[in-house]
Amino acid sequence: MSHDDLPAPAGTDEAPPGGPNRQARRPRSGPHRAAWWFLGPFAALFLLTFAAPICYALYESLLTTVRHGPLGLGRAEVGFAGLENYRLALGQADFLEGFGRVLLFGAVQVPLMLLLATVLALLLEHVPPRWAGLLRASYFLPYGVPGVIAAILWGFLYVPGVSPITDLLGRIGAAPDFLSYNSVLWSIANVVIWEFAGYNMLVIVAQLKSIPQELYEAARIDGAGPWQTALRIKLPLVRPALVLTAVFSIIGTLQLFSEPLLLKPLTSNINNDFTPNLSAYNDAFANNNVYLAAAKSVILAVVACVLSFGFLSLVNRGDRGGADGAKREKSPR
Amino acid sequence: MTTTPAPATAPAPTAPEPRAAAPRRRFPRPGRILMTAVLAIAAGYFLLPVYWLAVASTKSTDGLFGSFGLWFSHPQWLHNLAQVFSYDDHIYLHWTLNSLLYAGVGAVGATLLAGAAGFALAKYRFRGREAVFKGVLAGVLLPSTALALPLYLLFGQLGLTNTYWSVLLPSLVSPFGVYLCRIYAESAVPDTLLEAARVDGAGEGRIFFTVALRIMTPALVTVLLFQFVYIWNNYLLPLVMLADDHKYPITLGLATWRTAADRHPELYQLTVGGAFVSVVPLAVAMLVLQRHWRTGLTEGSVKQ
Repeated sequence: MSHDDLPAPAGTDEAPPGGPNRQARRPRSGPHRAAWWFLGPFAALFLLTFAAPICYALYESLLTTVRHGPLGLGRAEVGFAGLENYRLALGQADFLEGFGRVLLFGAVQVPLMLLLATVLALLLEHVPPRWAGLLRASYFLPYGVPGVIAAILWGFLYVPGVSPITDLLGRIGAAPDFLSYNSVLWSIANVVIWEFAGYNMLVIVAQLKSIPQELYEAARIDGAGPWQTALRIKLPLVRPALVLTAVFSIIGTLQLFSEPLLLKPLTSNINNDFTPNLSAYNDAFANNNVYLAAAKSVILAVVACVLSFGFLSLVNRGDRGGADGAKREKSPR
Repeated sequence: MTTTPAPATAPAPTAPEPRAAAPRRRFPRPGRILMTAVLAIAAGYFLLPVYWLAVASTKSTDGLFGSFGLWFSHPQWLHNLAQVFSYDDHIYLHWTLNSLLYAGVGAVGATLLAGAAGFALAKYRFRGREAVFKGVLAGVLLPSTALALPLYLLFGQLGLTNTYWSVLLPSLVSPFGVYLCRIYAESAVPDTLLEAARVDGAGEGRIFFTVALRIMTPALVTVLLFQFVYIWNNYLLPLVMLADDHKYPITLGLATWRTAADRHPELYQLTVGGAFVSVVPLAVAMLVLQRHWRTGLTEGSVKQ
C-alpha cells in the first residue's frame, strides 16, 4: 500500500526532545526495556476502563440484595447469589425478546446498509470527479450528526403534525405510520442506516482506490463491460473492507440504545426492554437492581464477542477454502 | 497525503458520440440514466433531514407545528439562536464548552497514548507483547455501551461518578487507535532508522517524539478524527455518569431538552435550534477533513 508519500526520515533533526529524558536508563539495559514506558500509560488506563469494569461487573453479577424482616421491609444486605441473576435475566421473556429483536434488526439492517454503501461506492466511480466529490460529501455528512441528534431529528420526521413526510403522503391519502408496533423497529433501522451508510461507503471507496489501475486495463482488454468489472473485479477486491465494516456494524447493532430511548416518548410501542442495553439500563436506574443489570451487561458483552469473533472466523475459513483463489493473488497486500 | 482523483471517468456527457469513440467503462445509456437517478435519490435521502433541520431552526414554535416542514415560514433565525444560547442561564454554552473539552482533550490524549502504545507493540520485542495485543483486539471488539454500565458501577465505588474525570478517563482509551497505530508503525517506521538514531545517541523517548511520531502522522490524524467524533457523539457514558447538568455534553443536554419538551413546549424550538447549531461545525469539519478519513481508514483491513 502507499506509504510512498511519507515524510523523509527526520532522524538527524535537532528538535528539542518533547518527552522526559531517559538517558539514565539507557546503557546495557537494551532498548526493548523502554517499551513499557510507551505502553504503560495506555495499559494502565486500559486496565482501569476496560478490564477492571468487566471484572467488577462479573463480580457484581453474582451478588444480590437480600431483604430481611416481615414482607421484606426490614434491613437489606448484599449477599452472594451465584448464578441467580443470570437465571433471572435469561428467564425474562422481555429481555430475550429484546435480544431477538436486535438480532433480527442486525440481520436486516447490516446487509441493507452495506448493500447501499457498496452500490453508492461503485456508482461513484463512474461520475466525473467534481460531482463525485460533492455526492460523496453529502452521503458522508450524516456521520457527523451524533446518533442522539439523528434520533431526535428523525423523531420529528416520524411524528404526524410536524413531519413533512407524513404531511405530503397524507395529501395523497397514503400517510404511513412510522411508529406502529410493526414499523417502529424499521424506523429505527432507517435512522441507523442514514447515519452510517455514508461512512461505510467511504471505507469501500478507500479500498477501491487502492486497486491498481492495470487491473482495469487488463479487464477492459479482455472485453469486460462495466457490470462485469464491478461484479468480478471490484467486488471481490473490496471484500476486506466489507468484512471490516460488517464486524463493526454487528457490534453496533447489538448496542442499540440511544435511538429507541429517544423515540420512546413518541410511541407506546417501545418498551423498557426493547433492546438488551435498554433493559440493563432500566434495571440499573429505574428498578435499582444493579446486580441484575451487571449480569445483563455481561451477557451482552459475551454475545457481542462471540458474534464478531464467529463472523470473523467464518469469513477466514471461507477464505482458506479458496474457491476463488484468484482474488487473493490480486488483492493488494 | 494527497490521494489520486477518482479513476478516469467519462468526459462530460455532451452530444451523442459515435459508439466507436465511446470512452472506456461507460455505462450504456439506460444504465446511465438509472445510475444518475439512484445517486440523486440517495443524495436527497441523506440531505433531506439536515435541510429540514435548517428550515425548522428558523421557525417559531407555532410555525414548527403549523407550517409546511420543507419551506420557510416567517424566518426568525437570529431570535431563535439568541434563545438557544441564553435559555436557562446560558446552559447551552456550558454544554458546548463541555463537549469541546471532552472531545478535544480526550481525542488528543487518546491519540498520543495510542501512538506510543502502537509504536511499542510494533517496534520493540518484549515479554507479553502478544498478550497485550490480544487484549487490545478484544477491546476493539467489545461493545462500548456494554462497558458503560460496568464503568459506572466501578467508578461509583471509586467516588468518580458525576465528575469530569468520569467521562474523560474512558475517552482517553482507544483500542482501535492502538491497533491502527501498530499496523501503521510496523510498515512505515524502518528499524534501520531507529538503529541509526540509537547509534547517534538518541534516547528512546527522544526517538519516539522526534522520529516515530512524525512518520506516523497520517495514522495519528485518522485516530484523532475517529476519537473526536466518537467522544462528541457519545451519549450513554455521560448519561450514566453525570447527574449535574452543568457537566453535560451537548448530546445529553439536547436529549434532556427533547424529553422535557412535552411539559415545556418552548423547548421544541430550542431542541431544533440547538441541534442545528451543534450539527453545523461538525458537518463542516467532516467535509473539510474528508480526505483524511479516506487515508488510513482501510489501513487495518487491507493488511489483516
